[in-house]
Amino acid sequence: MTPMTQPVLALDRVTVSFPVYLGGSRSLKKRLLSQGSAGRIARDANDRVIVDALHEVSLALESGERLALIGANGAGKTTLLRVMAGIYEPVSGTVAVRGRISPMFDIGLGIDVDLSGYDNIRIRGMLLGLSSAQIEQCLPDIAEFTELGDYLEMPVRTYSSGMMLRLTFAVATCFEPEILLMDEWILAGDTHFMAKARARIDAFVEKASVLVLASHNLEVCRKWCNRGVWLQRGEIRAFGEIEDVIDDYSAASA
Amino acid sequence: MSSAETTSASAGSRGSARHAQLAKAIADVREGAALWPLWGMLGWNDILQRYRRSLLGPLWLTASMAIMVVSLGVIYAQIFKIEIDDFMPFLCVGLLVWNFISLILGEAGTLFAGSASYIKQIRLPYSVYVFRFLWSKVIIFAHNFVIYFGILLYFRIWPGATAALALPAFALLVFNGACVSLYLGLVSARFRDVPQIVQSITQIVLFVTPIMWKPQLLTRYNFLMTFNPFYHLIEVVRAPLLGELPSWHNVVAVGLITAFNAALAGMIFARFRARISYWV
Repeated sequence: MTPMTQPVLALDRVTVSFPVYLGGSRSLKKRLLSQGSAGRIARDANDRVIVDALHEVSLALESGERLALIGANGAGKTTLLRVMAGIYEPVSGTVAVRGRISPMFDIGLGIDVDLSGYDNIRIRGMLLGLSSAQIEQCLPDIAEFTELGDYLEMPVRTYSSGMMLRLTFAVATCFEPEILLMDEWILAGDTHFMAKARARIDAFVEKASVLVLASHNLEVCRKWCNRGVWLQRGEIRAFGEIEDVIDDYSAASA
Repeated sequence: MSSAETTSASAGSRGSARHAQLAKAIADVREGAALWPLWGMLGWNDILQRYRRSLLGPLWLTASMAIMVVSLGVIYAQIFKIEIDDFMPFLCVGLLVWNFISLILGEAGTLFAGSASYIKQIRLPYSVYVFRFLWSKVIIFAHNFVIYFGILLYFRIWPGATAALALPAFALLVFNGACVSLYLGLVSARFRDVPQIVQSITQIVLFVTPIMWKPQLLTRYNFLMTFNPFYHLIEVVRAPLLGELPSWHNVVAVGLITAFNAALAGMIFARFRARISYWV
């Protein structure tokens, strides 16, 4: 790698393991008892299962690269996204990021149903790191996209689920992403909105300098991504051009 | 969300790893403080959420506290046979400060565990959750504090300029609250019965600390007061508001308590900060 082409997102031998606390070991009593008495109870406190969610994952993405994470359930796709987002700090290995991360995992994050639509947009904007001035600037655009009109003055509690989706979707896609991390989510809504949502998400994804998408839908991966990673049990099985990786993956799972 | 960062877990020797942990913890607090518009709004919202659609709104806090102060004041002044003009202001300030402390102790356990949905979805400095938590408690305290002025007016007392000393004392109390809620929240995220332990201790503290009774009444077992950190923490705020100076014992004790809390919070946060998202 030459110093000229510095990767925007680089993972170097990242390992993540989760301690799974099975009831007992989460309690201080068990912990203290196990220190005081050897044997039976000590084993009880040690029923700590460690799940290796990611094992020595290394990859680097440069500007313009769009990566699809492919793999079966539990392969570590979501964990990998969260490591990239800085939510999980790896047990070993390094994550280097150059640019602002825009995670889009749960589009309903921070929604307070007792607040008005406008106030929810403001909270969401702040969570994404926008200043009040930037949010006020985005407000008309978001309001127009949602087509909710005067409903935006009403508490979100009164919204139907479709209206809620419009709101959250508009807010989540309102500012330009740099490094966009997306977990697969199913778009549900009326057909008119779906078409609009697709157009918006296309434009949104276009703006990102790097995209990482975790999805089961190979069509979506083909459409949006040019690179692919096939994860299996927390390890990289294949990493390369999207078509090659999809071919490998399909061949293996067929 | 910072613009350029490198996270490394197994870099170099133990010493430099510790150093890196501490640097990251400090950066976390600094970045968290800079996000004050966010936690300021979320903290306010926590209060409003509870009282939304009620007529008095957050003033319910003031109302219920006022009822408690007045009824306890009248009854305990009788029981202890003390002048009510003397006892009521004492009880009022003591309860106000105690309320602040007990709210922090009672809810610190859910500080991180209760924010799991945020912690798992977005990377914010962990200190943001602490700031948000403390800010909402300060707002509650401010609402309750109105009662103090009511008492001053009713009993026609004036603490004088000494009362201004309560401000730095309260600032110290808030700082201690931040440290304690930080390490209690962290430990509780891992060990889920810590909040229960804290809660049962808090209940006892209310009765063994001179809040509803005057310190002078305790003629024997004085050590119960001398070694009660809550007594000193309350006294440094209470004394100035009643126009008195806290004793140097109180001041030294609060200094020691603050140093202890700050050191403990710093150590625990630096060591386990990265584990929070795994624990919640």
